[in-house]
Amino acid sequence: MLIEGLYFLFAAILVLAALGVILARNPVYSALLLVLCFFTSAAIWLLLEAEFLAVVLVLVYVGAVMVLFLFVVMMLDINLAELRHGFTRFAALGVVTALAVIVEIAGVVWVRGFGLDLAAGAASQPAGYSNTLELGTLLYTRYAYPFELAAMLLLVAIVAAITLTMRRRPGLKQQDVSAQVATRAADRVRLVRMDADTKQ
Amino acid sequence: MINLATLWSSLPDYARATVWILVITVVLIVLVALLTLWERKVIGWMQLRRGPNRVRIFGLLPGIGQPFADVFKLLFKEVVVPANANKLLFRLAPMIALIPAFAAWAVIPLSPEVVVSKADAGLLYLLSLTSLGVYGIIIAGWAANSKYAFLGAMRSAAQMVAYEIAMGFALVGVLMASGSMNLGTIVNTQQGGVLAWNWFWLFPLLVVYFISGVAETNRAPFDVAEGESEIVAGFHVEYSGIGFALFFLAEYANMILIATLTAVFFFGGWRAPFEGWPGLGGTLLGAPSFLWLFAKVFALVFLFLWFRATFPRYRYDQIMRLGWKTLIPVTLVWIGVEMLMANWHIGPWARAWFH
Repeated sequence: MLIEGLYFLFAAILVLAALGVILARNPVYSALLLVLCFFTSAAIWLLLEAEFLAVVLVLVYVGAVMVLFLFVVMMLDINLAELRHGFTRFAALGVVTALAVIVEIAGVVWVRGFGLDLAAGAASQPAGYSNTLELGTLLYTRYAYPFELAAMLLLVAIVAAITLTMRRRPGLKQQDVSAQVATRAADRVRLVRMDADTKQ
Repeated sequence: MINLATLWSSLPDYARATVWILVITVVLIVLVALLTLWERKVIGWMQLRRGPNRVRIFGLLPGIGQPFADVFKLLFKEVVVPANANKLLFRLAPMIALIPAFAAWAVIPLSPEVVVSKADAGLLYLLSLTSLGVYGIIIAGWAANSKYAFLGAMRSAAQMVAYEIAMGFALVGVLMASGSMNLGTIVNTQQGGVLAWNWFWLFPLLVVYFISGVAETNRAPFDVAEGESEIVAGFHVEYSGIGFALFFLAEYANMILIATLTAVFFFGGWRAPFEGWPGLGGTLLGAPSFLWLFAKVFALVFLFLWFRATFPRYRYDQIMRLGWKTLIPVTLVWIGVEMLMANWHIGPWARAWFH
C-alpha cells in the first residue's frame, strides 16, 4: 500500500516534470526539470528493487551528463521565444510523430502483455538478494561479448568526438609545461652580494 | 525506571534509523561549527598568531564561543537577493548544496553496530551523491546573475567533473581489494591491524583519492571556485546571511565526509590499528570502536587545514592538468597492478577469507 502510494507520487512528479521540460520558457529550467525527471525515475526503480540501476542512473545522467548540459545551456543564453517563432509550421509533422510513438508504445505493451498479469508487478526478492552481484555476473559471463563490444564502441566514439572537435588555432598562446617544471630558482632570482651601506 | 536498552531494542527498524539520522545530523552540524574554530586556531598557530580568542563560554576556553557567535550573526543578517537574480533558484541553491553533504552519511558505518542503511551499492550511492554537490554551486552561480559568481560556478563545474573521474577510479581499486560495494564489507575485509588496511597496498590510490577529495570540496589549494584574488568570492559572492552560512556548512560537512570516507576506504574505518597484535591486540586498544574512526577522521581533517595553511592556490590550467594527466593515469596503472596482485595472490588477495 505504502509502495503503491509512493509509486503514484513519484509517477505524478515524473509526468509533471517531463511536461515542464518541454513547456518551460527558460532553458535552464528545462534542464533542471530534466534532472528532476531522472531523479524520480531513479526513485521508481528503487521501488522496483533495482537499486543498482537507480544509483547508476543518478550517477551517470544527473552527476555527469546533466552537469555538462547545464554548463552549455547556461553559457549559451538561448532565447526560446525566438526559437519558438514559426514553430507551428511543423505542428502537423509533430502530431504525426507523436501519434506514431504512442501507437508503437501501445503495441509493445499490448504484445508483451499476452498472458501476463501486468498489475502484479515484479516479484519481490528475498532479503539477501544482491542486485549488483546479479547484474555483474550476467554482464561478465553470459553477455561478456556484447558488453566488451559496447565498451569498444564507446571508445571509438570518444576518439571520434575528440578528433572532430580538436583543431589547432594558429597564434594560440599556450604554457610550455616542461619548461615551467624544469625551471630552477637560479633561473629567476639572482642573489647579489653587496657591501652594507655606511653612513657618510 | 524504564530500561532504556530494552526500549531501544523494542523499537521498530525505521524508528531506530530515524533516531540515528537525527543524531548524525545534529552532531554533524555541531562538529562543523567546532571545525571552523579549529581551522582558524590551527592556521593561526601555524602563522604564529593566536586565532580567535575573544568569545568565551562561562569565561572558559577563549574562542570556543566564536563559531556560535558567527552563526547567530549570520542568522540575524538580512538576506539580500540581487535585483536581477533568479529568485527561486537563488534561494534553492544553498539547500541543494547542503542535501548531498548530509544524505551521504546514510551508508557510512560509524561503528560495528551503527549504520543507518546497509545498502549493497553503498559505494556507488556515495559516488553519485558526491557528484551532486556541484549542482548547488552552478545553480548558485547562475541564479545570482553576476559575472564573478558565474565564473566561479563554471570553474567549479569543470573541476568537479574532472576530479570525480579520478575519485571513481581510485574507488574501483578499493572495490577490487574488498570485492564488495557495501561499506560494511569494505571495513570488514580490512581486518588485521594497521598493515592490513587498504592504504598499504593501495597507497597511490589513497593519494589520488585524497587529492581528488580536496579538489571535490573546493578547498585550498584547489579553491579557484572562490579565488578571492581573481573573482572576489566566486559562486557565493552575492549571498549574505544564512544563505552564505549554508554554503559554508555544506563545504565543511563535505570536508568531514571526505575525511570519513578516506578513513573507511583506506584506513579500516572503525577498526583498531593494534588489532591482532601480540600483547596489545587483546586489550582495549585492539577493540573496534567508533573512537578509532573519530581519531582517524580528526587526523585526516587536520590535513585539509594543513594544506590550506601551506600551499599557494593552483592556477586553473594546472588543476586541470593535474586531474586529467596525472591522477587519472596513476589510478589506471594501479588498477593494472592490482590485477597482477590478484592473479598472484599478493596483499589483500592473500587473505584467508577470500578463497
